[in-house]
Amino acid sequence: MPKVKLPRKSTTVDMTAMCDVAFLLLAFFILATKTKPPEAVTVVTPSSVSTKIAKEDAILVTLNKEGKVYLMLGDKTKKEAILEDINITKALGLTPVELTKLKKMQFYGMPFNKMKSMLQLAEPMEPKNMEGIPVIDSAHNELSDWIGSVVRSYSGESMDNLNLLVKGDNAAKYPAFKLIKDAFKRNDIFKFKVVTNPEGVPPDSELALNPPGAEKK
Amino acid sequence: MAEIDTSSGGGHKKGPGVKKTKKVSTRVDLTPMVDLGFLLITFFVFTTTMSTPTAMAMNEPKDDPNNQLKVKNSGAMTLLLGKENQVYYYFGELSATEASTQFKSSNFKEIRQIILDKKKATPIGDLMYIIKSDKDATFKNAIDILDEMAISAVPPGHYAEVDMSDTEAELIKLTEQANGIK
Repeated sequence: MPKVKLPRKSTTVDMTAMCDVAFLLLAFFILATKTKPPEAVTVVTPSSVSTKIAKEDAILVTLNKEGKVYLMLGDKTKKEAILEDINITKALGLTPVELTKLKKMQFYGMPFNKMKSMLQLAEPMEPKNMEGIPVIDSAHNELSDWIGSVVRSYSGESMDNLNLLVKGDNAAKYPAFKLIKDAFKRNDIFKFKVVTNPEGVPPDSELALNPPGAEKK
Repeated sequence: MAEIDTSSGGGHKKGPGVKKTKKVSTRVDLTPMVDLGFLLITFFVFTTTMSTPTAMAMNEPKDDPNNQLKVKNSGAMTLLLGKENQVYYYFGELSATEASTQFKSSNFKEIRQIILDKKKATPIGDLMYIIKSDKDATFKNAIDILDEMAISAVPPGHYAEVDMSDTEAELIKLTEQANGIK
């Protein structure tokens, strides 16, 4: 029988197309990811197994590692009302110009008695130079007044709309966190959330063996 | 695509004395480049999904001095958070005479098993974990111990954060000195 001669074909594949796809995807992912906004106050959060995503537009209490407390009013619909309320209730005596300046700020971390002098500065103060909202003990807890104004701005609505987050640094001390909780409690807020980094559930733990969704069946 | 036409100039004959230049293929092996591309993609995909912060829900009880929760001695376990990520614990009520044997020290690695053992040994109705944090405990410790509760699937209402008593603070201090924790 005559042998059938198979034509020898090269095994090399043209990689150009694949290379194009790879880098196109790479470019897409780099551009599509939201870069973290530069944090004025650096906080390294602890991790938890919770899977709920933290919402962006929240009333955020930040506790940094030195124990300074800052407030961020992420809910833009309420921000003005909260600040106007705090101006009246704490008798800060801010002029309309100072109030507009205050509304533009992102972080609030000043004692009430220094608020006016800070707003008179030409340059806005860097959050890391602020001294933090004083939460020294239960008698000197200005955060409690802030939260009071926040709660009043939500009056008439369900308290579920109030999205209160605490973002604390790993190295922050527990008493500072306790004073923050006290400030919430004094305003009858018993539900809040803590910002954490996601963490995998340990494989042989109770939670992994009986996930909460499966129990209901 | 990734080739340059090198065949030009092959049509006419070169004169004598003109050296024949060797034709080298300009085709480049793109395999490593593809590898690199996909490696970077996987890297970006993994790092981006990891960084979205999550929220851990916290429900605080209402402080009501007239309505104190009674806890069974057999079902109670008190967890105390100290400095340097140390956890101390004891079961039931701390008695004045046997405090030194009751009071045990542990850390965040071992405490999971101890929590789990207690949970398995106790009827669920009696189970109660009492968490107390020392003034030297960090925010991370406070969150981690609540996370341990979630990991061990302790139902809500079966653990609570309580203020530390002076005796307990003193015991922690003594244990820290004995263990050489500064």
